[in-house]
Amino acid sequence: MKKTPLYDIHLKFHAKMVSFHDYVMPLQYDTIINEHHRTRNNAGLFDISHMGRFEVAGDNALPFIQNIITNDADKLEDMQVLYTPVCNEHGGILDDILVYKWHKDRFMLVGNCVNREKNFLWFQKQAVPYPHLEIRDLTDTVSLIALQGPRSLPILENTFNREFSFLNRFCFTDFIWDGVQIIISRTGYTGEDGFEIFSNAQNIAKIWNLLMDKNSQDGLVPVGLGARDTLRLEAGLLLYGNDMDETITPLETTIDWTVKFDKDDFIGKASLLRQKEKGTERKLAGIEMIDRGIPRNGYPVVKGNEIMGKVTSGSFSPSTNKNIGLCMIKSSSAKAGEELQIQIRNTHYLARVVDTPFYKSKNMIGCHI
Amino acid sequence: MTNIPNELFYTKTHEWVKKISQNVVIMGITAHAQEQLRDIVFVELPSLGKELKAGEACAVVESVKAAYDIFSPLSGKVIKINEKIQEKPQRVNEDPYGEGWFLYIEISDPNEFNALLSQAQYQAICEPAP
Repeated sequence: MKKTPLYDIHLKFHAKMVSFHDYVMPLQYDTIINEHHRTRNNAGLFDISHMGRFEVAGDNALPFIQNIITNDADKLEDMQVLYTPVCNEHGGILDDILVYKWHKDRFMLVGNCVNREKNFLWFQKQAVPYPHLEIRDLTDTVSLIALQGPRSLPILENTFNREFSFLNRFCFTDFIWDGVQIIISRTGYTGEDGFEIFSNAQNIAKIWNLLMDKNSQDGLVPVGLGARDTLRLEAGLLLYGNDMDETITPLETTIDWTVKFDKDDFIGKASLLRQKEKGTERKLAGIEMIDRGIPRNGYPVVKGNEIMGKVTSGSFSPSTNKNIGLCMIKSSSAKAGEELQIQIRNTHYLARVVDTPFYKSKNMIGCHI
Repeated sequence: MTNIPNELFYTKTHEWVKKISQNVVIMGITAHAQEQLRDIVFVELPSLGKELKAGEACAVVESVKAAYDIFSPLSGKVIKINEKIQEKPQRVNEDPYGEGWFLYIEISDPNEFNALLSQAQYQAICEPAP
């Protein structure tokens, strides 16, 4: 199993460690519910160094990226970040990634841990027609932590003694601090304001410790993958492997807005266009339980005797005090207010289709591109 | 160190049993079990009158992350359930041997007590070998 550079720190904080794909990662330090509330009300610090990071550089970087993503990177300004799926020829989702643009010849792509090797091979294969293109896997050399929650901005400014309020949502900056190269973007996976911080693997522990030392007395806590999952689910953010995979297209999910048909050709465009014209037979939808019971990945969704689909993600939601989930169901039922049943241990429990996000932070700024 | 009262019986699967009369017991899950599960957010109990078999799943507890079966320590009939832990599952975390009890069972085979563990035997299971 692989360890991130923060492994020893997690043990020092008494984390319960779990295997996640090929990494040993902190599931929780305290209780998941405490870490969840702390992130919503104050701030939490996450080690997300397991995520895959790639640098794409060269004259053809922009056309190469435009070809492999469904969203439109042409609209990106320098030092902006774009959320997008990467699809195969059939429109199936290979990964969902963030695209960081320094300028038209230099980008960084951040994707899911589980897709790191697959992505690298896919990128290399798709790069063949583009000369002067360099793709490097930075995952082992550049580490990544996330500072999330309404107090993230003052914490960041207090720690680095510099301003970050100029950074809008989905923008980033880079600078040298105490001899260390740092990249900070105003992005995250919690539905709260927050930042993601990149630095060299050998320096990330120093940055983590500095953040904790300077801010733990004001309530900053380390947060594990357990709360990361409840936070992202409440925010209606999708998880690769649960809510999407290669058999699912973006149009069948809630990130259909990331497919930009008005840009030039891209991988999967023809298939997605056909699907758009026909309409999708199934659709990802939010549900909340009316009866008692917690929906979990894989549980059947039924309506009377008819099988409507399956739960893809589900949990108790600490911020709404409800049991919530995402499910892939027949499009005809994917409408807010529709009542369905979730089959939990052979019994059917009533649930209602609701709009996502399940929880909207009043502290959240900015919007998507 | 985890709390393991001396007067109770235990199972390998982390349930506790308290004998309150010749043929009636109370059962719940141990302090060690709730510590491992941490936030308990859901409890499903069997209906009154249900016949239980020793070693078979009789209830479900769910943490934020996942669902876990709870096994009946003895065979018998459910004569009382703790509805309060269905409304407030965190009671199981707060007071596993008291307010967090699960069921009263009218047992059908007192000989099954022989298969349960003593405090010392259960403690040996909870503490990983050095």
